[in-house]
Amino acid sequence: MRTKGIVALAAMAALAFSAAACGGGGDDDNAGGGGSTATGVVGKAEREKKLVIGVKADQPGLGLQTGQQYEGFDIEIGKIIAKALGVDAANIEWKTTVSANREPFIQQGTVDLVVATYTINDERKQKVSFAGPYFVAGQDLLVPMNSTITGPESLEGKKVCSVTGSTPAKRIQTDYPKASLQLFDAYSKCVEALANNAVDAVTTDDIILAGYASQSQYAGKFKVVGKTFSTEPYGIGLKKDDKSSCEKINEILKAAATDGSYKTAWDATLGKSGTPAPTLDVSKLTNCG
Amino acid sequence: MHVFTDPTNLQAYLDSFLWILKLTGASAVLALLWGVLLAAMRVSPIPVLRAFGTAWVNLFRNTPLTLIIFFCYFGLFVNLGASLSDDLELNNFWLGVVGLAAYTSAFVCEAIRSGINTVPVGQAEAARAIGLTFSQTLRLIILPQAARAVVAPLGSILIALTKNSTIVGTIGLLEASNVMKQLINDNGDAVIPIFLVFAGTFVLLLVPTGYVFGWLAKRLAVKR
Repeated sequence: MRTKGIVALAAMAALAFSAAACGGGGDDDNAGGGGSTATGVVGKAEREKKLVIGVKADQPGLGLQTGQQYEGFDIEIGKIIAKALGVDAANIEWKTTVSANREPFIQQGTVDLVVATYTINDERKQKVSFAGPYFVAGQDLLVPMNSTITGPESLEGKKVCSVTGSTPAKRIQTDYPKASLQLFDAYSKCVEALANNAVDAVTTDDIILAGYASQSQYAGKFKVVGKTFSTEPYGIGLKKDDKSSCEKINEILKAAATDGSYKTAWDATLGKSGTPAPTLDVSKLTNCG
Repeated sequence: MHVFTDPTNLQAYLDSFLWILKLTGASAVLALLWGVLLAAMRVSPIPVLRAFGTAWVNLFRNTPLTLIIFFCYFGLFVNLGASLSDDLELNNFWLGVVGLAAYTSAFVCEAIRSGINTVPVGQAEAARAIGLTFSQTLRLIILPQAARAVVAPLGSILIALTKNSTIVGTIGLLEASNVMKQLINDNGDAVIPIFLVFAGTFVLLLVPTGYVFGWLAKRLAVKR
């Protein structure tokens, strides 16, 4: 028993060391490498031909994990960036992130990039840098086909479902306190409750809702109200002060908007629900500052 | 510590532990009553009741609590329409209490039953000899002695129940674990302090509980 404990401890220590070594590697960017002079994650990707991208795993159309496979618009955006950096799609390691751990994952170097319905805001800019936005969403409501709810104003006395700790949930609490808020830990549970009439509406970004509405088992049951009451520019999160990588990613996005790969990515994922591809407004890209 | 000096955060933190106490209190009472009844069933001379008691204990003791609570929401409420209150929050609260009580009663039952085994068989024989019925024997002779033997294990069950009540967060009640998640989400720079405050509050609530039950157990023990 005792020896076992010591062996386990030693193994843990060894693990911790190797993890620390990995984490450190990303930081000394100019040391060694295969010819690239770029710094930050872009430099690391170009040298190592590998990329770790944090994505959502439970958002149909954006980032959905089925078995070992990830698919969705965020995934396609990740692939576009990887391809432009010379990283093979097979060498991308997808890591599941949830809203709560995106900043820690970037800060601790667990992931190189985060493409996970990640709204750019000032609070988050204190901790991480953002490239993009590659898409602008807005908070909306998903309701049954025959619902009388026409927008956030008609929520009084209605049951609205969202995810614990999320920005949409907080907005309902502060701006529309007359609605009762049901919280779950995943949107899929909200949609399940909506399908059984236990709640009157589900709220989050319109594009996520459209993804759920287009799932085959719910086809024809729900509609997105279509009256957004917030602006959520989705950005690509990376380590703070990694300015050169941020600029490089913005350039990649610019190129993707013109060469049609952005539209292809859209049509293969979110476009399936019938929504035409939006135009990527390159003038709105962040200045990486 | 700036997180807890903010009045809204402080209020959320206090409310969250108030929910924990309410959940624990309500489900402890229900679980104790139902657990004693289950124990009585398991030692009763009626086979159907014995089978029911055994089935209940085996079913609920071996099902993950998350699933039970989840079933209370999606099974009892959503599919069977068992609404316990018109207020959304209170409805979730009572659904959680039902789940917690159903789960904990299985453990209470087994603790009581083990207490019954500590009562010498001569006690029951003597009770029967003076003409007491089964229910009289149980109520007047066996259970009072059995209960005094299981104060400490019941205390452990209460402590486990208090911590288990955080699972009601899966159906959206803003109890401690949910509020902690929310605060961590909003304050990514203070993850460890927030965690320590919530964990510390549980320690503050539960360590004294443990001592009180230890003291009670010693005081109430039947000296044989």
